[in-house]
Amino acid sequence: MLELLIAIFNGISIGSVLLMAALGLAIVFGLMGVINLAHGELMMLGAYTTFVVQNVLKGWGDSWFEVYIFLALPAAFLVAALAGLILEKGVIRYLYGRPLETLLATWGVSLILRQFVRSVNGSIAMGIGVFCCLFFGGLFLLRRRRNWERIKKWAIPTIGSLSLAMAIFKILLLVNLGNKALTKPWFSARNVDVTAPVWLQGGLPLGDFQIPSARIFIIILTLLCLIGTYWFLHRSQWGLRIRAVTQNRTMSACLGVRTSQVDGLTFALGSGLAGIAGCAVTLLGSVGPNTGQNYIVDTFIVVVVGGVGNLLGTIVAAMGIGTLDYLIGSKTLVPMLVGVEPWESFFDFFGTTSMSKVIVFALIIAFLQIKPAGMFPQKGRTSEL
Amino acid sequence: MMNQRKGLGKKKLLIEGVAIVAIALILAFVIPAVLPAFRLKLLGRFLGLAIVSLGIDLIWGYTGLLSLGHGIFFALGGYGLAMHLKLQLPSGELPEFFTLYGVDKLPWFWQPFSSFPFTIMAIILIPSLVAALLGYLVFRNRIKGVYFSILTQAALLVFFNFFNGQQKLINGTNGLKTSTEHIFGVMAGSDSAQWAFYEITIVCLILAYILCRWLTSGRFGRLLVAIRDDEMRLRFSGYNPTGYKVLVFAVSGAIAGVAGALYTVQTGIITPKFMEVAFSIEMVIWVAVGGRGTLVGAIVGTLLVRYARTILSEEFPEVWLFFQGGLFLLVVTVLPDGIVGWIRDKRWGKKRVITYPGLEEMVEPQMNADEYG
Amino acid sequence: MAQGLGRRKFLIYGSAGLGTSLLLKACGGSPTSGGGGDIIKVGILHSYSGTLAISERTVVDAEMLAIQEINAAGGVLGKQIEVVQEDGSSDWPTFAEKAEKLIEKDQVVTIFGCWTSASRKAVKDVFESKNHMLWYPVQYEGQECSKNIFYTGATPNQQIEPAVDWLLANKGKEFFLVGSDYVFPRTANTIIKEQLKAKGGTTVGEDYLPLGNIEVTGIISKIKGALPNGGVIFNSLNGDSNAAFFKQLKSSGLTPDKYPTMSVSIAEEEVRQIGKDFLVGHYAAWNYFQTVDTPQNKEWVKRFKAEYGEDRVTNDPMEAAYIMVYLWKQAVEKAGTAEDLEKVRMAAIGQSFDAPEGKVTMKANHHITKTVRIGKVRDDGLFDIVWSTDGPLEPEPWNQYVPATKGYGCDWSDPSKGGKYKI
Repeated sequence: MLELLIAIFNGISIGSVLLMAALGLAIVFGLMGVINLAHGELMMLGAYTTFVVQNVLKGWGDSWFEVYIFLALPAAFLVAALAGLILEKGVIRYLYGRPLETLLATWGVSLILRQFVRSVNGSIAMGIGVFCCLFFGGLFLLRRRRNWERIKKWAIPTIGSLSLAMAIFKILLLVNLGNKALTKPWFSARNVDVTAPVWLQGGLPLGDFQIPSARIFIIILTLLCLIGTYWFLHRSQWGLRIRAVTQNRTMSACLGVRTSQVDGLTFALGSGLAGIAGCAVTLLGSVGPNTGQNYIVDTFIVVVVGGVGNLLGTIVAAMGIGTLDYLIGSKTLVPMLVGVEPWESFFDFFGTTSMSKVIVFALIIAFLQIKPAGMFPQKGRTSEL
Repeated sequence: MMNQRKGLGKKKLLIEGVAIVAIALILAFVIPAVLPAFRLKLLGRFLGLAIVSLGIDLIWGYTGLLSLGHGIFFALGGYGLAMHLKLQLPSGELPEFFTLYGVDKLPWFWQPFSSFPFTIMAIILIPSLVAALLGYLVFRNRIKGVYFSILTQAALLVFFNFFNGQQKLINGTNGLKTSTEHIFGVMAGSDSAQWAFYEITIVCLILAYILCRWLTSGRFGRLLVAIRDDEMRLRFSGYNPTGYKVLVFAVSGAIAGVAGALYTVQTGIITPKFMEVAFSIEMVIWVAVGGRGTLVGAIVGTLLVRYARTILSEEFPEVWLFFQGGLFLLVVTVLPDGIVGWIRDKRWGKKRVITYPGLEEMVEPQMNADEYG
Repeated sequence: MAQGLGRRKFLIYGSAGLGTSLLLKACGGSPTSGGGGDIIKVGILHSYSGTLAISERTVVDAEMLAIQEINAAGGVLGKQIEVVQEDGSSDWPTFAEKAEKLIEKDQVVTIFGCWTSASRKAVKDVFESKNHMLWYPVQYEGQECSKNIFYTGATPNQQIEPAVDWLLANKGKEFFLVGSDYVFPRTANTIIKEQLKAKGGTTVGEDYLPLGNIEVTGIISKIKGALPNGGVIFNSLNGDSNAAFFKQLKSSGLTPDKYPTMSVSIAEEEVRQIGKDFLVGHYAAWNYFQTVDTPQNKEWVKRFKAEYGEDRVTNDPMEAAYIMVYLWKQAVEKAGTAEDLEKVRMAAIGQSFDAPEGKVTMKANHHITKTVRIGKVRDDGLFDIVWSTDGPLEPEPWNQYVPATKGYGCDWSDPSKGGKYKI
């Protein structure tokens, strides 16, 4: 009995990590129809933010270090949300209604972000600063000219390439000067170590077993995020606008909702949740440039199985996939099936962490045969637009 | 008028045929004479990859289905040929790696691969059957668009896990090496065999091109474009697109299988790495750079991107990912028609492909049309 | 439309600008290609990108340090060493492709490189068919002995087998084997199982995680189920999975006093990345630790830190990489030529070097003798050496516990014996 309870707890804790990662994706995908393959990299940014916050607080003394996670969570949210906002304003805005192109563009962004954390150093950061100053400063000055509309066709590319050239020149100059403080990568390709505070390293004893406190923390965090998201979408002014735009963009625009603002906000919210998820996974594993890649496919599957635009579906799907994966991968089912050939040898063959994924995927495909639109499909005419 | 157009079409076809033969002859005879052996080998591999981009172009550029799982078919083809090469041993002996894991009997699915005709059939048929099955299960439910992409990606992950985890069946991460094995008594890594593979690659590339050219012209091709542009309307006109989609996905899978086999013998190794997520998305970018919806574009794009990669990663490995990422952004925002499409725009001053393959549609949060019923 | 065009143009010009500057950098970046007759070209082939870059870059640092030192001391045969670096990008076929490029295009006289067994196996054919020379610095599973490869990492009998013996004598008889899902852990665990069978221990379970997977809950419950009252965990996980494994081991209450864990892929660098809090009290088996007490080691650590920074640590593969550059240099000097690989190969056999880990000697089977040590992770993230062999152990590439290779040896100094002969 206890073993079964433990199994369910483990399943739920795997599921809650999945859910945490999928929540932001479900919002962005469900409400905006945007496939964001850089979602995993936004998680990674959240994780790196946690690393930075932790190192800053380490300098302040032990009592600060014990509570770093509570500072890291909002910081990770803000950094990822900001990155998401830039991504939306810079790229995705131009690609609404073209989901496959969004998919490719966000994959490009994810490649760039991965390499960025590997090689970012003082000189590259300064180069980016120089570019932003020159480009946006130049735009600001030129915008005030009378003939802006006329010259903008060639002015924007000119300023853009000039400032880019300046920025790259600056980077090369700094690199050639050989100042080690500027050319040393901040994070480098190595994984960085995020050590949980002592109270999250242990666990609650329960009979022979011990329930990891980090797992409990993540489950509670997931619950809080769910409640927060629900409240925001259904009880707040902005949530109302978001839902309105989702249901009927044109009508909302006619009624005075600034749809582009709403888009930006929704995307930032989804990205921020990815940041929180990134912060949470630092409690479980290490942080590296490839952290996000471990999650991305699984989380998309969760969203697809759950049905788009439906938080409840996402929850059920995440928990279901998590539990299944655990039950098969840990061979919990084998003792119950002793003697029942061929099932015993079947579950024995697939009873490793790598092989359980094969079964889970087969089950998902089978499930989609019955319910092709996911667990809780949206009803209504909007669905076939 | 009709006749004139037909005549014009014939003339164009003739020009195209002559151009293909000319390029093929140059590739087959002139280039090997000019290029140093090492660069020639690279070219051979890239031409192998160009074959798989033809397959992707067929399914994505023409039919509008973005497959992120072509690595599966590519690797299946590669594994097929590699298994055949591994079995070129005196009877009773097992490929070396089996003994490492204490396997003393050849697994059953290896056995037919000792026959060469079976292997050739398997290289074509197994990937296309897998594609057909996956396609049928997905398309039957009218799952399409990004859902299809995500499911193919998940399938890729599953195949990767399976091949990566089965040391005893297929040598796991290490993969199968072919260059010291023998094919028809010749060592697969030797210069003469490599030269033969290079020539076979060119022949296969041309065959694949002709196949795709044939499929995408005429009635069938127009159907594919119709699926891409407005599947609903096609359905309303009384067609059932499922069969066509399954068929074209299977053909595309078969092409990828052949490409995989040719690439494998030229690199000398096949590993589950070919089923990694990144590699399959990279295939898509080759097509996108060259120009989707144009077969020449797929080939040109592959060669360009792969050469850029080789050169960049030789000079500064760090820049490659930035560059590749930038390429994705650039192609999507600035050059949606790819290089070939852009040149054609400039030259003819008008777009010949009216819609960008399947991308201008609205997102569909719903996959089935039950509500219509 | 006008705006769209503007954006489009901007991006075209922007990319053109970027391209030009990259080209400029390319031209400025490689001024020394070609070169005269007073240099010797060697290749370094490791992953500078991808998942393995983390580990392989540290090895490159050690190799570059050795080459710098040799060059500063006058070079080899009076010639300076010039390095051609290539990126294997953590991808085995790329390793094979780049190895070919280094040999054919750059005409290097030897290559130092590779990390995982899979990458070594991928390039092995290239080196054998071109009869070239590779130096490989990582501990590995054995069961291989190539004429064209020199191995300076440990074979299983120089790392895993002594560790298992030590565990049996000091920590318990029941073993749970955990590993990443690839050739080294699989083969290592085959060896361990045979060894336990021969020495009276038991294997209560084994499980494998895909490389990079960090969901370890399943494995931890399997361990608890199989070893309810404590026992030995033998860990050959590699990469990211380790961090997840040790973090959750601790939070599930599997402490080192009841569940001592012996790792064979965790060195100083990995301890730093996982976080030392989670590893304190666990064990690792290597030939070299930063805390090894020899004058050569103190000197080496000092030089390394001076070159790459005080916060860096040294570890076993880095030390093996450092050794192999010097062994190659000695072999070239004895042979009197760097280009005649046959002569260099013969000269390499029997070369000794006073390495940081102690004296090592290249044997006729192209492996080196090594001292084995077991370390326990300390509070500062370095290792306390709790046990070590009295002197260097002879390498055995063909494992003597595995039935299929029992009784086989390897001897490249005698043409009649070769890579695999019955002893």
